[in-house]
Amino acid sequence: MATGTTKQIIHGVFGDEEPMMAACKKLRASGIRIKDVFTPFPVHGIDGVIGVPRTRLAICAFIYGITGTCLATLMMWYMMIHDWNSDIGGKPTWAYYFAVPAFIPITFESTVFCAAHGMALTYLLRCMLVPGARPKNPDPRTTDDKFLVYLELNDEQAKKAEAILKEHSVEEVNHKGTLFIPAPY
Amino acid sequence: MHAESEIREPLILGTKTYRQITDDIIAPIEGKASKGWYILLTISALTFLWGIGCLAYTIGVGIGAWGSNNSADWAWDITNFVWWIGIGHAGTLISAVLLLFRQKWRMAINRSAEAMTIFAVMCAAIFVTLHTGRPWLDYMLFPLPNQFGSLWPNFNSPLLWDVFAVSTYFTVSLVFWYIGLIPDFGMIRDRVIKPWQKKMYGLLSFGWGGSARHWSRFEEVSLVLAGLSTPLVFSVHSIVSFDFATSIVPGWHTTIFPPYFVSGAVFSGFAMVLTLMLVVRKIYKLEAYLTIKHIEYMNIVIIVTGSIVGVAYLTELFMAWYSGVEWEQYAFLNRATGPLSWSYWAMMTCNVISPQLFWFKKIRTSILATFILSIVVNIGMWFERFVIIVPTLLRTFLPSSWNTYTPSFIDIGIFIGTIGMFGTFFLLFSRFFPVIAQAELKTILKQSGESQKKAAANHKHEHISAH
Repeated sequence: MATGTTKQIIHGVFGDEEPMMAACKKLRASGIRIKDVFTPFPVHGIDGVIGVPRTRLAICAFIYGITGTCLATLMMWYMMIHDWNSDIGGKPTWAYYFAVPAFIPITFESTVFCAAHGMALTYLLRCMLVPGARPKNPDPRTTDDKFLVYLELNDEQAKKAEAILKEHSVEEVNHKGTLFIPAPY
Repeated sequence: MHAESEIREPLILGTKTYRQITDDIIAPIEGKASKGWYILLTISALTFLWGIGCLAYTIGVGIGAWGSNNSADWAWDITNFVWWIGIGHAGTLISAVLLLFRQKWRMAINRSAEAMTIFAVMCAAIFVTLHTGRPWLDYMLFPLPNQFGSLWPNFNSPLLWDVFAVSTYFTVSLVFWYIGLIPDFGMIRDRVIKPWQKKMYGLLSFGWGGSARHWSRFEEVSLVLAGLSTPLVFSVHSIVSFDFATSIVPGWHTTIFPPYFVSGAVFSGFAMVLTLMLVVRKIYKLEAYLTIKHIEYMNIVIIVTGSIVGVAYLTELFMAWYSGVEWEQYAFLNRATGPLSWSYWAMMTCNVISPQLFWFKKIRTSILATFILSIVVNIGMWFERFVIIVPTLLRTFLPSSWNTYTPSFIDIGIFIGTIGMFGTFFLLFSRFFPVIAQAELKTILKQSGESQKKAAANHKHEHISAH
């Protein structure tokens, strides 16, 4: 038989955010790792409590935006200056800097276009939110009015965690079976 | 959670709980549609069909079917385009600008306002694609290598900027709207029982689960998209105004056009949001979420933007006189006293005088008055675009080419058709989509819910008297 550890899956279901938050703080203080928290709406401050690092999506958006700026500039330079230089309405395009004011609007639109769509796509893929994906919440009530703390713990920690959850007026503690984690070679 | 001042009026009335918010938002989706909904849908769908007929006729015989002529080469088409695009602006303003300003009252209205934006831009797109005359060649607007050798679209032209601005605006608004919808679709998926609904909302919800990581990313995306949409919404109507302002037509060649157009757009957009909200509120019994306070806030935005528009009209007149350019002066004289002066005065009455009535608290908190005035404002804003375009073009530099203008019934049919299309889409949206961003609304329940505020206030007073 393979060696490894067995972990219990525990759902702590709360009726509101404050007791859940207090319970999470206490769990963390007692050295218990919180795998995830499922809530009907964004609970501010929970990231710090359960140790979710700050998302870097905004940095992605910035990079996508800069890409959009460059693409638009390159496109307009190629089409208006390099490939087919033209003098339209007395506005000659001998060099890019000559006509730059006329190129600002499209440069801006392209920046916004690339930043917004790039970021949205990255967000969806990073969260694996795709059409047909299986619902990620372990309990369907979490999109309505329940706040669920999801734990994967060994027997000893599970006891401790259950006691802490009960201290903080948890509504239900559901044991959802066990998880076998094989030991590394 | 931070406490909110007692003197602020609650944004959610009654004794609501999270569960009740869920129930109220899902009610139109789970329940049967009312008779009123079917009647409205039938009317909208029929007008939409009529519009499609007129549209097909135009494509078949060409834009000679319209009332446009050699002088008024832009007429109803561009009037309607600018009108619809302007209406769209309120949605982005509510969801993006008010998000950045942390205005909590936006949460009850942003979803349907964004939907309105998307449908309005679709209506606007019909007119621009059609007004080119041969819409099957519209791909030439995009920077594609084409059959004429290396001739590219002219990037110096505001008309091309408009193509980029409007398409960016449409797609970004759509993405912003959908990202906000995902958590609410998740809620519906977990609630509905019918198998086809479960399947449909399961697909639409993209497997949303509401984990803390996902919420943190969700909020970041919302914030950055709001930050991107804010300059975007200002740029779109500025660029629409460049279509006019960069020309040399007297009455169009003005530097005040961009701010004038943007405030006019927000003005008409808020009016349209109000018209729709008052109907939705009534049909779906959402009075607890779309309160009189929300209506009052929106009416205040209408006073502000309406006054900016009024100042812009007066500035135009002043600048025409002060410039000493007789063409410029005549353009305005013609608008106010020429053959189409009735449209000028309709615009002045509807846009400058009528919104001033909202200074009276009784009027701006009255549902009936708001409903009527919101429609009046939209009529006024339609006339604004008509006045800018038609009377101006009919009498330009050469009196020998002065002309008159009457719309053909095809013109009218397409316009009515787009209203039908807008109505059809909005009705379908309100029946099958969550009309209120319920996840966001739940976040403000404790600070801004009526019963929750009262409880907090009582608690505070007890605390004080105990000392």
